[in-house]
Amino acid sequence: MTLDDLTRTSGEWLRGTGPESDIVMCSRIRLARNLADFPFTNRASRNEKAGIESQVRSAVDAAGVEAAYFDVNAMSDLDRQFLVERQIISRELAAGEGPRGVAVTPKENISIMVNEEDHLRIQYMLSGFRLPEVWDEINALDDQLEDDIAFAYSSSLGYLTACPTNVGTGIRVGVMLHLPGLVANKQIDKVFRALQKINLAVRGLYGEGSQAFGDFYQISNQQTLGKSEEEIIKILTDVVPQVLQYERSARQELVTGRRQHLHDQVSRAYGVLKTAQTISSEETMLLLSSVRMGVNLGLIDDLSIATVNELFIQTQPAFLQKLRGSELDSDQRNVARASLLRSRLANGRAVEDE
Amino acid sequence: MKCQKCAKPATFHITDVIEKGKHQEFHFCDEHARQHLAPPEDAAEAPPIGELAKKLASHAGVGSAPPTLREPSPADKQVCPVCQITFLEFRNSGRLGCPYDYEVFRDELMPLLESIHGETRHSGKVPKRAPRNTQQQTTLIQLRNELKRAVAAEDYEAAAKLRDKIKEIEQDQD
Repeated sequence: MTLDDLTRTSGEWLRGTGPESDIVMCSRIRLARNLADFPFTNRASRNEKAGIESQVRSAVDAAGVEAAYFDVNAMSDLDRQFLVERQIISRELAAGEGPRGVAVTPKENISIMVNEEDHLRIQYMLSGFRLPEVWDEINALDDQLEDDIAFAYSSSLGYLTACPTNVGTGIRVGVMLHLPGLVANKQIDKVFRALQKINLAVRGLYGEGSQAFGDFYQISNQQTLGKSEEEIIKILTDVVPQVLQYERSARQELVTGRRQHLHDQVSRAYGVLKTAQTISSEETMLLLSSVRMGVNLGLIDDLSIATVNELFIQTQPAFLQKLRGSELDSDQRNVARASLLRSRLANGRAVEDE
Repeated sequence: MKCQKCAKPATFHITDVIEKGKHQEFHFCDEHARQHLAPPEDAAEAPPIGELAKKLASHAGVGSAPPTLREPSPADKQVCPVCQITFLEFRNSGRLGCPYDYEVFRDELMPLLESIHGETRHSGKVPKRAPRNTQQQTTLIQLRNELKRAVAAEDYEAAAKLRDKIKEIEQDQD
């Protein structure tokens, strides 16, 4: 598998399958792990980073994970950005220095970043709301890697990490939610404040500090010490259904109270995406979000949710440039983006209202 | 040093962690330090790393008044014998240097962990197999560091000895 192969496929987590996938785009767990006999990444020399990288690569091979390894140190900035857009690597890994990389499985469920803030950042993603399943998978993978690597661990503090915010389980359990209803009825801040009160973090599509766009939000735990992985997962599996309920009733209100207005908004969004000759990334996100909700509410019936999900990623700057095989400036990207949208949405039409 | 905002002497030295890996230092008088640290309206939305910086500021300097501010203390000068990081460097970057730092800076880190996580003892996954000899692993980090310095100093005799020692321990582990 090469980077170019990735332009022809999309991650399993975008398929729009699994429980609650009208709102829950995907469930994701990541584990932070470090090799016990090396300094943390920020303190490691190039040689040490290279040593860490080769140990992790052989452990991944030995674990029988069918994964391609991409050398992030050697790749172009465009390729790095491409992997960030796909949620395969973090911005921090992209911006890092020295030997570093990522192991990715063909369906993009698993990504193992090497020499990020921690030596290993193991990530597992599945579409829909399936956290316990994700935990079973990633826990087994972690066990397999542990056959080959001695991770830094203390019986009192658990897995030792470069940043004390991750020590203990080293786990970040999260769901990516599409919440256009709560954005429309302006209840979203209230929901976030409630989540923050119980120590859950809310972030945008691209993680820490990034602005939410396309009405996508990630909700995840912050506490990693003193609670077991199962307890942390249970907090999420208890709380997320409440958020889903708020979102569903917000959508229901929009459908019953302002159906014509909503139908108009969704149809216009669809129309613009299908016909625009040049379109910015921001406008695309905004309109795709409307269309996604429209598909889920039956206002658009000739478009699959998987296609809409994919378009959120495929209309990003680096993807467009990879697809064209050349660097494009902002104006050129807007033209390429519109062209991609027109061809992907060519046969669609909005549902006729009764 | 003068306060960045007025002519009074700077009595507070604050490091804000803006985002992962990026930080900014401020030097303020009492009054401007207070203004700087007053929580902005959207504080609730601050990313966790911002929270960490705040907690570092408030907890690392136990006993100093006012509690949210501090001057460099003896604790800051502590050095990890394994990776050579000082506690001050950790405070500035928010990143530890090696696993052994959790031992070396234990007294400073415990209140910080308490305030971040609300707990200070791990409950959760235990590695399947018994952890390897931690003493050996710490020694390895230390020896590799010494090797780096020996090579930099062109002391190849010492470097060769260190390399042998490292190999010995590595083989012992496999």
